[in-house]
Amino acid sequence: MTSFWSAWISVITLAVIFGCWWALFANRTAAPKGEAKTMGHSFDGIEEYDNPMPRWWFIMFIVTIIFSLVYLALYPGLGTFKGFLGWTSDNQWEAEIKYADEHYAPIFEQYAKIPAEKLAADPEAMKVGQRLFANNCALCHGSDGRGAYGFPNLTDTDWLYGGSTDMIKHTIINGRNGQMPAWGEVLGDEGVKQMVQYVLSLSGQETDAAAAKTGSATFAAMCSACHGADGKGNPMLGAPNLADNTWLYLNPEWGVAKSVEQSIRAGRNGNMPAQERYIGEDKVHLVAAYVYSLSQGK
Amino acid sequence: MSTATEQPTYNYKVVRQFAIMTVVWGIVGMAVGVLIAAQLVWPALNFDTSWLSFGRLRPLHTNAVIFAFGGSALFATSYYVVQRTCQVRLFSDALASFTFWGWQLIIVLAAITLPLGLTSGKEYAELEWPIDILIAVVWVAYAINFLGTVKIRKTSHIYVANWFYAAFIITVAILHIVNSAALPVSMTKSYSAYAGAIDAMAQWWYGHNAVGFFLTAGFLGMMYYFVPKQADRPVYSYRLSIVHFWALICTYMWAGPHHLHYTALPDWTQSLGMVMSLILLAPSWGGMINGMMTLSGAWHKLRNDPILRFLVVSLSFYGMSTFEGPMMAIKTVNALSHYTDWTIGHVHAGALGWVAMISIGATYHLIPKVFDKEQMHSVALINVHFWLATIGTVLYIASMWVNGILQGLMWRAVNADGTLTYSFVEALEASHPGFFVRWLGGAFWVIGMLLMAYNVWMTVRSAEAKPVAQTA
Repeated sequence: MTSFWSAWISVITLAVIFGCWWALFANRTAAPKGEAKTMGHSFDGIEEYDNPMPRWWFIMFIVTIIFSLVYLALYPGLGTFKGFLGWTSDNQWEAEIKYADEHYAPIFEQYAKIPAEKLAADPEAMKVGQRLFANNCALCHGSDGRGAYGFPNLTDTDWLYGGSTDMIKHTIINGRNGQMPAWGEVLGDEGVKQMVQYVLSLSGQETDAAAAKTGSATFAAMCSACHGADGKGNPMLGAPNLADNTWLYLNPEWGVAKSVEQSIRAGRNGNMPAQERYIGEDKVHLVAAYVYSLSQGK
Repeated sequence: MSTATEQPTYNYKVVRQFAIMTVVWGIVGMAVGVLIAAQLVWPALNFDTSWLSFGRLRPLHTNAVIFAFGGSALFATSYYVVQRTCQVRLFSDALASFTFWGWQLIIVLAAITLPLGLTSGKEYAELEWPIDILIAVVWVAYAINFLGTVKIRKTSHIYVANWFYAAFIITVAILHIVNSAALPVSMTKSYSAYAGAIDAMAQWWYGHNAVGFFLTAGFLGMMYYFVPKQADRPVYSYRLSIVHFWALICTYMWAGPHHLHYTALPDWTQSLGMVMSLILLAPSWGGMINGMMTLSGAWHKLRNDPILRFLVVSLSFYGMSTFEGPMMAIKTVNALSHYTDWTIGHVHAGALGWVAMISIGATYHLIPKVFDKEQMHSVALINVHFWLATIGTVLYIASMWVNGILQGLMWRAVNADGTLTYSFVEALEASHPGFFVRWLGGAFWVIGMLLMAYNVWMTVRSAEAKPVAQTA
């Protein structure tokens, strides 16, 4: 802010505040003795008394003005004047973060020293992990971790990128971007339909055998690089297993066939944001243990 | 007609038109409000239809109640008051007619474009640029007509009600034109002329002054005529009206930043917004005191005059919400209340308790006058309406206080390990009973407005004219 604008702000701010002050004192008058006088004019029959302003109201007004002047002396407000307390929203934020780090970080440092598999069996640790999950993950994956259309179910044993605690941690720290290109223009309408038949046949669903057979040749040429020759996917790439009956992009209103068709035609672009910068590695460790625990015993 | 013999010079036609539309748009706007309140209780009422969804209908509700209902009430009363207190016919009948039809066209365009999802995304200023231009044109016509009438007045002074109406009209023109400045890319799409935090500040400078000038100064103008008139008492203090008028219009201008506490807005701007909001308490209460004290010596009239009751209770709600506002503008209080239902409750304490109740009181006062009848068809029905409105307002604001504080506390609750105690959806679930009570309060309001429509209809169509003897 230039000194001109700083002065501009300060002058008109103080002019308004002191203007109120002046208006109050300039319009003071003693309470009338006996019946109040009117101003002597009438508007459509309405007259106005010349009563003084109520005393308590006058004092209340003055108090708010004094409070404001004191506040503007202590806190930033008048242009570039920083206020005598030296307060800024940045340093308040830093102080709160520092407090949180001092008070809460040791708890998570302790947990970070314990292997995630072991934490997954510790009910106390899992309560904390669940709260972190509810605050940071549940919006997409659901409060029970069962996911939704486009958001993976974390409670089954079907993992896009692998289900070891290390891999889960890696996923949470760095995020994931699961891209499948759109094949609609390459395959054409007919080609997409045949491919749908073939993909459905992989998980043993009823299909048009002839169409599926044509689709299978195209699959080998174009899809197997990621999804594998047998369609069982590739966790290195996050390419889903197409041979089970778990569908990441199953639109509940469309059913499997139409959902798969949409995936092939238009492609998919799944994005899980990297979490480390939001919650730090120690907390990620605990969340990874919690996510791991969701599918244990299944 | 007896009106002709009584006040041969006044243009009552435009007052009649706006007064009727006040009732019509009141019903429409509040009914939409009740529908979206119901959607929050029973989400299935979205009917999976885009133009019936909450996000589309909420701006329709706010625009309809503020600008269609409140706006029509302000047009009707300002045209009525300025003529009677200046003792002169409106400056221009053609401009009066233009403002009526222009304003109705704007409302209809809003009712079409908002459900279609055409919006500039600025709260209370959602309408797209072609409609914004139309608003500016109609508003300037209104300003010319109102100020022109004041200029040709036959009284020596300008009555206090007209100061407030004039401040409201002039300032709203400036607010609307500055905040709506945008770069059009098509007939239905534009981008704001401002960017980032400056855009947010321009928006809330507009937004809070829409409250300060449209919903406060304008309605204080209404108060300064209809309260002393209905109570048949002189205004309590001329000095108080001078001081609180100038203090109110000077400090309201600064209060906008309190909508942006704890955001990217610079610290100094937030501080100024907060202290000016605090100073605003006394000027706001000045209006309430001047209205209330006007009744001294006439309190007994409340016993059998439900119109006066509407006016006086509206002042109580005004006093309450203008105490609540400065309090919520304090940063530490705002840290709890911001983004919660408390804000919604606060707005409705003002919008239902103050704006709607004083408009309704004023409308009940002037309908018989401009339609040349002795009084409203049924005073008993006005009384029923009064109780429905009062109970409805209390249900609404009490449930939103409870919800707001509940949400604020649940959002900030932290466990011993520093994690949040509640997820967002838990706070939402806890709000459900409050949503229901709010819907109920809204339903009370709509029923009251329907009774008003019936009462107005029966009054207008009744053959019996005011006895000539009384008017002579």
